[in-house]
Amino acid sequence: MSEVINKNLSEIIDLIKKKEIKSEELTKLYIDRANKSKKLNSYITTCFEYTTQKAKEFDKKPNFNSLLPGVPLAVKDLFCTNGFKTTAGSKMLENFVPKYESTVTENLWKEGAILLGKLNCDEYAMGSSNETSYFGNVINPVARDTVPGGSSGGSASALAANLTPATIGTDTGGSIRQPASFTGTVGLKPTYGLCSRWGIVAFASSLDQAGPMTKSVKDCSIMLEAMAGFDKKDSTSIYKKKENYSKNLKNNIKGIKIGIPKEYRVEKMPKEIEELWNKGKSILKDLGADIVDISLPHTKYALPTYYIVAPAEASSNLARYDGVKYGYRSSKGSDLIEMYENTRSEGFGDEVKRRILIGTYVLSSGYYDAYYLKAQKVRQLIKKDFDENFAKVDAILTPSTPSSAFKIGEKTNDPISMYLNDIFTVPVNLAGLPAISVPAGLDKKGYPLGLQLIGKTLDEQNILNVAYAFEKNCNFKNEIKSWWL
Amino acid sequence: MSKDIFDYFIKGEKKKYEVIIGLEVHAQVSSNSKLFSGSATKFGAEPNSQVSLIDSAFPGMLPVINKECINQAIRTGLGLNAKINNNSMFDRKNYFYADLPQGYQISQYKNPIVGEGKVLLDMPYGSKEIGIERLHLEQDAGKSIHDMDPSSTYVDLNRSGIALMEIVSKPDLRSPEEVNAYIKKLRTIMRYLGTCDGNMQEGSLRADVNVSVRQVGDKKFGTRCEIKNVNSIKFMQMAIEYEAKRQVGLLDEGKKIEQETRLFDTKKNETRSMRSKEDAHDYRYFPDPDLLPLKIEQKLINDLKESLPELPDNKKERFMKDYGLNSYEANVLVSEKEISNYYEEVAKLSDKKLAATWMMGDLFAMLNDKGLNISKSPIPAKNFAELIQSIKSGEISGRIAKEVFELMVESGDNPKKIIESKGMKQQSDPKELERIINEILTKNKDKVDQYKSGKEKLFGFFVGQVMKQSGGKANPQLTNEILKKLLKG
Repeated sequence: MSEVINKNLSEIIDLIKKKEIKSEELTKLYIDRANKSKKLNSYITTCFEYTTQKAKEFDKKPNFNSLLPGVPLAVKDLFCTNGFKTTAGSKMLENFVPKYESTVTENLWKEGAILLGKLNCDEYAMGSSNETSYFGNVINPVARDTVPGGSSGGSASALAANLTPATIGTDTGGSIRQPASFTGTVGLKPTYGLCSRWGIVAFASSLDQAGPMTKSVKDCSIMLEAMAGFDKKDSTSIYKKKENYSKNLKNNIKGIKIGIPKEYRVEKMPKEIEELWNKGKSILKDLGADIVDISLPHTKYALPTYYIVAPAEASSNLARYDGVKYGYRSSKGSDLIEMYENTRSEGFGDEVKRRILIGTYVLSSGYYDAYYLKAQKVRQLIKKDFDENFAKVDAILTPSTPSSAFKIGEKTNDPISMYLNDIFTVPVNLAGLPAISVPAGLDKKGYPLGLQLIGKTLDEQNILNVAYAFEKNCNFKNEIKSWWL
Repeated sequence: MSKDIFDYFIKGEKKKYEVIIGLEVHAQVSSNSKLFSGSATKFGAEPNSQVSLIDSAFPGMLPVINKECINQAIRTGLGLNAKINNNSMFDRKNYFYADLPQGYQISQYKNPIVGEGKVLLDMPYGSKEIGIERLHLEQDAGKSIHDMDPSSTYVDLNRSGIALMEIVSKPDLRSPEEVNAYIKKLRTIMRYLGTCDGNMQEGSLRADVNVSVRQVGDKKFGTRCEIKNVNSIKFMQMAIEYEAKRQVGLLDEGKKIEQETRLFDTKKNETRSMRSKEDAHDYRYFPDPDLLPLKIEQKLINDLKESLPELPDNKKERFMKDYGLNSYEANVLVSEKEISNYYEEVAKLSDKKLAATWMMGDLFAMLNDKGLNISKSPIPAKNFAELIQSIKSGEISGRIAKEVFELMVESGDNPKKIIESKGMKQQSDPKELERIINEILTKNKDKVDQYKSGKEKLFGFFVGQVMKQSGGKANPQLTNEILKKLLKG
């Protein structure tokens, strides 16, 4: 039975539908594995009694017509879950229990999934290594001294270590795709507005987007189908009909035009990444795709633009954590201002404070035009680059990250080098486009590396199809030994 | 109100100053739910009983615009003859306060929903146009309660998120009287439109008052001070008066006026510095990324325009034309929608001019005395019209009518019933009157002689006797005629 947890989500769904395994048995396998995998620190909160209870209920009255029948799932601790602690990886929300459920998780439960627990993440999703979490860093099952990436590091780690058959994360500048790349898993950031942001602890509202993290492209299509949908409670949600991504998944990509942007060939990029990219090109070419060289000239401004826009929005979004209504409140201070200062000084970690300071600065009068306004203009140019090229190509292929998983502590004192990790992922968030990271190979240390496929607005089906075809022909194998057990 | 030239100036030691006033009026939008959440907006509810997760800024909560509030803002804009912007934006105004749960107020900064407009004031010295700079939508904050406990502050979030319209005037106002007229006119327009109840006691209408002074004849504006959050017209007027004198005093002493925000202390009747320009908040405005730009279709604007009720300026014109009222009467009678409705009902059933006179006289005095709104008047419009008709037809005299009016207030009965049951009908039968008058003339032979020999003042005495004899019911006009005739003979 234990090999069940090595299986992909789609295979597990088949087992349940064929009644070869019951939800309760399946749930027990994941609970047992989680209990033996505490070293990885993937979980912040577990709710195993609840999961077992719900699994039993499912088995009594199973509905096999749903997308995720009786499947236990752990989710990033940025999604508010009714009755279960939602911390956002912060001391500020250490004991915060929402009385409401995020739209995206609610959609999963409606499709039959059951909550296993809440997965570790960088504090308020600000980080690229899961080292900014108040609940400690997460270990990448790939190697005991490496980070899983971030901010959805707990999600990536839990998925790669088979603690959950699939999971969800959020991606503001690469927080799904980079950890997916670091752990040899699939991660998709949907078009901005495809998945509701309602009930997700906000980081940067114009960039935040929830998405699936899975072990295969097919799993990814199932999860996306379950999560996505218009939500009138989110004013930026896109009104459109639900799509059947899993049913429409196909691996025939003959004649599809794939763009290769020259600006993604950055300085000091490891040779392995270059080789991986070339390998990706040739696989797609062999499958009948046309490879087209393209130019996205404003790419080099994406990272600085991102690090103005995201902190600006964050500085405002995080103002609500003031100790007045919920969450942490410092016991020190003799008036309102001191209470604020102490609460926020003690409740937020360094990276969060750094970004609040940057954001406050770039929005200040006298600096607004030079920073925030200019960044918004550059953002439009970056979007225009993509729009123009998508008149010529159907998808764009790039590396997901400039390196494989780095060592724990390696970049914690060097924020700039940490931020550089997002160099290939942030342009997509700025443009609001969908992009998927698919595992493509291993570096010489045996650490996984991913390639990114960027699609047109709401063209998730197309990049899923290309990724699906690529996956079938790439023969990537994640060589994770369960060394922590 | 009888001055027919404008003469509000502040005299300094040597020079004469003019007062420049601009208002930022905060008017609560009449709507069942808040600007971005479904919470109720009823006044006076239990503290924190009308608060949603959005209003209290829980993690992951998102604002969704309430369309009715948008419509109300458009209606108000149309009522102010203003330009409705097809594209506007919501911005965040960032600052920390305990009763501001989000840590920012959603407002409109650079692109408001309504642009320039104008309001017409009827001043004793003629009509005056006040420019409107803009109208924008924003969220109200909650309320901090400092006097419930000696050591803690309590917060009530019922108001948090309620929609406000901030109506910014141009610096066109020149006296407390004009401010009074402006606020009342705004309130009248919004009440006609049903977009704000204008209830100042409940905080539905508040204003920040900008005051500066300049020497008469100067073109350049002086440095202004903003007096925050004044919640009654009387206080606004007192604050302006005080502030203008304070500024003139400073200029007389050769001092500079510092741009600052001030508070009006209603107990001491003075304004006090709250914060200087240097201490001004940096609100770090930026477009709210949770909300899309607000696009308003021209069709919606047109539809709302078509469905607007008749507004006070138009109604006034119509009253003058159709009912033959003068400007003053028409103004008073359109000042509130309910008053104008009452008048029209009365005017339709009775004499239009007499109805206006009686409404503005006895009816208003009585309502004022009792502290009642016209909608709560103890005399329904139909009965009032009957009373006017009884006067007009000569059935009762004006003097008797006052008695009937009192009885109508007391009993709620219609005038016919009162006149009949109390036998108050006017004596208009010439034969009967002649009989009474002859009797009186016979009784007062000596006075008749005096009258005939030139003491014409005695005429009044005879009239008085007739009235006494008839119990006040003798038709005065007829009495005069008959008396004159008989005294001649």
